[in-house]
Amino acid sequence: MGDIYSIWLREMIRYVRARSRVVTSLITPLLWLIIFGSGFSSSLSFGGPSGTTNYINFLAPGILGMTVLFTSIFSGMSVMFDKEFGFLKEILVAPVSRTSIVIGKALGGTTQAAIQALLILALSTFIGVRISGTLGLAGALVLIIVTLFFTGMGFVGLGISIASRLENIEGFQVVANLLVLPIFFLSGAFFPVTSLPSWMKALVNINPLAYGVDAMRYAVTGLHTYALMTDLAVVVGFFALMTVVGSILFRNVR
Amino acid sequence: MKASETQDRIKRFENVEAVKGTNLESEERDKIVLHNGLPFVPASTGGAAVKAIETPASTGGAAVKAIETPASTGGVAVKAIETPASTGEAAVKAIETKDLFKRFEDVDAVKGINLEIEEGELFGLLGPNGAGKTTTISMLCTIVKPTSGSASVYGHDVKKEPDTVRGLIGIVFQDPSLDENLTGRENLDFHGRLYKVPRNEIADRISEVLELVELADKANVIVKKYSGGMKRRLEIARGLLHHPKVLFLDEPTLGLDPQTRRHIWEYIEKLNREKQITMILTTHYMDEADQLCDRIAIIDHGQIVAMDTPENLKHDVGGDVVIMTVSNGSDQLKTKLEHLEFVKSAQLVDGTLRLSVDKGETAIPIFMDVARQEGVAVPSIALHQPTLEDIFIKYTGREIRAQEASGFAAFHGPGRR
Repeated sequence: MGDIYSIWLREMIRYVRARSRVVTSLITPLLWLIIFGSGFSSSLSFGGPSGTTNYINFLAPGILGMTVLFTSIFSGMSVMFDKEFGFLKEILVAPVSRTSIVIGKALGGTTQAAIQALLILALSTFIGVRISGTLGLAGALVLIIVTLFFTGMGFVGLGISIASRLENIEGFQVVANLLVLPIFFLSGAFFPVTSLPSWMKALVNINPLAYGVDAMRYAVTGLHTYALMTDLAVVVGFFALMTVVGSILFRNVR
Repeated sequence: MKASETQDRIKRFENVEAVKGTNLESEERDKIVLHNGLPFVPASTGGAAVKAIETPASTGGAAVKAIETPASTGGVAVKAIETPASTGEAAVKAIETKDLFKRFEDVDAVKGINLEIEEGELFGLLGPNGAGKTTTISMLCTIVKPTSGSASVYGHDVKKEPDTVRGLIGIVFQDPSLDENLTGRENLDFHGRLYKVPRNEIADRISEVLELVELADKANVIVKKYSGGMKRRLEIARGLLHHPKVLFLDEPTLGLDPQTRRHIWEYIEKLNREKQITMILTTHYMDEADQLCDRIAIIDHGQIVAMDTPENLKHDVGGDVVIMTVSNGSDQLKTKLEHLEFVKSAQLVDGTLRLSVDKGETAIPIFMDVARQEGVAVPSIALHQPTLEDIFIKYTGREIRAQEASGFAAFHGPGRR
């Protein structure tokens, strides 16, 4: 337990210290929300089988999903940097279990992702986003936080799994482009999935982020594509799977 | 009480749990009397009540811990007495390896290393790059698993009890391994947490190690801003934070300027002296091994070729070393010279002829004469007291310098004295 805390603490110190990076990482999602949200809002209303809403409310959960995805995966991949700069050796040689290291890093990344996402949510209310789902404000926040947690942990686990297999930092870019962007674009963040060609729909259906975004969209707007229980099941399952896989792969890192 | 009665009482006492395993020397036996059932040393030695401390059954009666005399009586401590009839051996070695072997894919990096390192020794592993030093250390530190053979730290096997071993050792790596985004203090704190240093002690220990390496004033500076020497010192401080019994230093002064090297040597010596920490040093610097180490093992191609104190090793070469650069006719000259009776040995190494003699200054004129007679040109000739380099050459037939690949190493060539 203490080990997990120690690893988590280090992640948080580094996060807090990189102040400028924190601020810039808030700006990008907000910009997307503002530009796309305002741009499309007036001309179209978005939704799906369960109803419609204006675009900015539709988009906001998607932006939260984007934040979680990027923050978590790159946090998990920070193992890569530790490897490259030698610090990983210090951690590996200490009397600490590999599993604790993975969980500690995952919690650190998830905390960061959650903080970012909630900040964006708060800021987005200034540009017109309103929580109007059937759960009420408190219920919506609980659902959002729970979703952020499991989705975040899952993607950090994925990041750690990938980083455990990469030899050097160059692979980083490749992964970012080939994996992370498609996951993002095919998550229903921007547009409802119902109107997509079937091959795309299939990809979305196996994308854990799609379910995370769906759950958060339900919290904010009451709209959903999948059943809430399905969303939660997928997200929790993804978390469990990635934690196990991440721990196993990380165990073999030298 | 009569002396013989006392002896009987004591003998019977020995059968009792409390004094099991003690072997009292005869003169102490005479001094000890029984008072209220406890062994008691009478006035002449300060009149302290001696408490015999029992020996843990689990070790089968191994070393008795020091015998205590309660401070309040101001008594003299009775000699700590040793023991261990049942084990018949001295205390556990700090490090012990048997036929340690490591194969990587197609390379046998370590081919059967046998080491016994005592507590408190400053032990050196000397050899060129690629000799197997880092691999050996990695196995002892549980970073790499041995292919075969065994290694143990204070009796704990590295394969079977890796976590225990990790708690006992400290490591200062060759490559930097600090988190550059944290301050010095934060790096130390993180380390302390991972190594389970009690929270109420950690602040004191951090101050203590920072003092030791003279980084106290830079503790709250981000490590990115430290110089190379400062980073190395911080790593040494970190390696000590959890009070390890053995500290491994892998090439501790690699790439550092001469002044910093000297300072690091001072710290290492101070630590070894003051804290009685067993230290194992790997290096390819002759001067470092010579200066610091109590004993050295010379490693080449994964095996130990020589192991002894630096003095003994140098003595082994015997006498002075004369080095002649020769271009042609070197074999012929070598044959002629080694037959001279005062020449102990002759070796051809990299275009030089190295001769071991008793008195170099009288040998040189004779060598030059012979060379002239043979018609062999000798552009230069040198003479020195034996160094570790000579040991290395003796056992491996090569100069250690020829093996160095790194630019830094070429700059800090082996010191000749």
